[in-house]
Amino acid sequence: MTEKERNRAYNRYVKAKIPKTHAWPSLFNSFFVGGIICCIGQGINDLILLGFPTMAEQTAWGYTLVILIFIASFLTGIGVYDKIGKFAGGGSIVPITGFSNSVASPSIEFKHEGIIYGICVKMFTIAGPVIVAGVVSSVVVGLIYLFV
Amino acid sequence: MYYLWVFLIGGFICMLGQMLIIYTNITSARILVTFVLIGVILQAFGIFDPISQFAKAGINVPIIGFGASLAKGAIGAVQAKGVIGAFTGGLEATAGGIAAAVVFAFIFALIFKSKTKS
Amino acid sequence: MAKRTVIFKNKPTIIGSYSIVGPKEGKGNFASYFDFIMKDDCFGQDTYEKAEKKMIESAVAGAIKNANIQASDISLLLSGDLLNQIISSSYAARNFDMGFLGLFGACSTMAEGLAVGSSLIDGGHFDNVVCATGSHFCTAERQFRFPLELGNQRPPTSQWTVTGAGACVLSRKGNGPKVTMATFGKVVDYEVNDVNDMGAAMAPSAMDTMLTHFRETGRTPDDYDLIVTGDLGKLGSEILIDLMEMNGIKLGLNYNDCGQMYFTRNQNTLSGGSGCGCSATILNSYIISKLRKGELQRVLFMPTGALMSTTASQQGETIPGVCHAIVIESDVKPQGGGVQSKSINKSTTASKGRSKKES
Repeated sequence: MTEKERNRAYNRYVKAKIPKTHAWPSLFNSFFVGGIICCIGQGINDLILLGFPTMAEQTAWGYTLVILIFIASFLTGIGVYDKIGKFAGGGSIVPITGFSNSVASPSIEFKHEGIIYGICVKMFTIAGPVIVAGVVSSVVVGLIYLFV
Repeated sequence: MYYLWVFLIGGFICMLGQMLIIYTNITSARILVTFVLIGVILQAFGIFDPISQFAKAGINVPIIGFGASLAKGAIGAVQAKGVIGAFTGGLEATAGGIAAAVVFAFIFALIFKSKTKS
Repeated sequence: MAKRTVIFKNKPTIIGSYSIVGPKEGKGNFASYFDFIMKDDCFGQDTYEKAEKKMIESAVAGAIKNANIQASDISLLLSGDLLNQIISSSYAARNFDMGFLGLFGACSTMAEGLAVGSSLIDGGHFDNVVCATGSHFCTAERQFRFPLELGNQRPPTSQWTVTGAGACVLSRKGNGPKVTMATFGKVVDYEVNDVNDMGAAMAPSAMDTMLTHFRETGRTPDDYDLIVTGDLGKLGSEILIDLMEMNGIKLGLNYNDCGQMYFTRNQNTLSGGSGCGCSATILNSYIISKLRKGELQRVLFMPTGALMSTTASQQGETIPGVCHAIVIESDVKPQGGGVQSKSINKSTTASKGRSKKES
């Protein structure tokens, strides 16, 4: 048996050995928490429109997202968001609050390396790819629209 | 009651994220990137707005909505301003969200300290 | 092939040991054996890195105190940890007026230190050396994984880095458990690349060292009261049992893993404990105290280390493992025969999944 074959066989063996956990409880948790976060967003949006009936829908969405991001950053700061995340998994990663959490958590973690080299440099260690991917793909889409 | 739709669609999207985590073992940064790209693609093909009509926050609160506004901004600006619009439009449309995330993260980083897990 | 096992004729003696752990570890299965349990993870420092440094400092100071000798009698400090440039150890070494050898063997550092230290003493070069290591959950998370506040889930194979440090003083003379042999491990890589499954990555290196040890010494698992690996975890230690069985050696109830034993079942550590501190704190508390009382006669201590870095993993490298083994023997005769020690070991594993499989 060559080394390559041995290693491949070992990896197959390990894969089979990893204890199988039931997927459905965690899927349900993520469904439930994700749904709740979206409903909270909808509630904030409706309240804003209720208080300022003349506001444009687009602007109201802007406020809604800012408020959600604020709440998530705050929960990250007081150490609650990681507990929600432990329970919900994808349910608290996929909403915009998860984006906010992934910006706030490295900032808080690296504050001891100073404001510039800690907070500012490390802020986008996790969320950076999101902005890069989003901006690059949106520019591509924009250019495609220009030519077709 | 449209809140039911918001709950069901939002929950379903998040559950897709969880399925990615369980079955492919990818990290949260990759999940976020995947869903932003989904948003951009949905918007590019014009599918996002019809879903958004009845899903409302259910699709706008997930990071898909962020991708969709990026694409929507870029498409709109390209039609109004030409090539430069492709570069300015996307970030213009999402500037509020990004700035909020940066500012609040900065402020809370100054205030709070990371706590150990148990 | 050249031999990798050293037999120490002068039998370097462990004359003092000390263990310090964090609050979560202080609620684990070995709580009553530790010398000191910290009230919080910061240990009065403003960053976790500084806390880890201070833990190693106190472990070294505590071990010297327990050995009843002066720091000025010690020639050498051998220490290592998980952080880049092993800063916790080297910064802790600033406070000690003795030679310093920085070691990196990842989570196998305790055995590496003891093996090197014993060789130096056995060769007659030094009278006293102190070996130390430590790890901290928060510094390891930050360096190898994600920020603490990030809301992500840990996969079921992941392990919990132990917050703790252990140290022991090795001497040419004195009373205490003797280090009688050391088998230096080689780096083994079976191309596991899942950083959340360290146990599977390190198990082959443990197998290699164990086979080498048994082959070169002519011993079998039955020659030991306790064979203990460092932080293979639940999954990794089951893999090691399988791997050894494939090589015709059956590991029985006298085999266990520090990571697997460390925490209680409801402490949510998934596959168990890991980190330098995991094996170091158990060796310097439970194992050495049992050896000192003669309740354990002969122990094969063989922690494993995963020699990876985040840079290497991101560049697509797999995870190499290394495992060093040392044999420690009691200098006290057993009170009621060797049987007693085995039953003690059995009771600590009673709540674990492996014993279920065995019976």
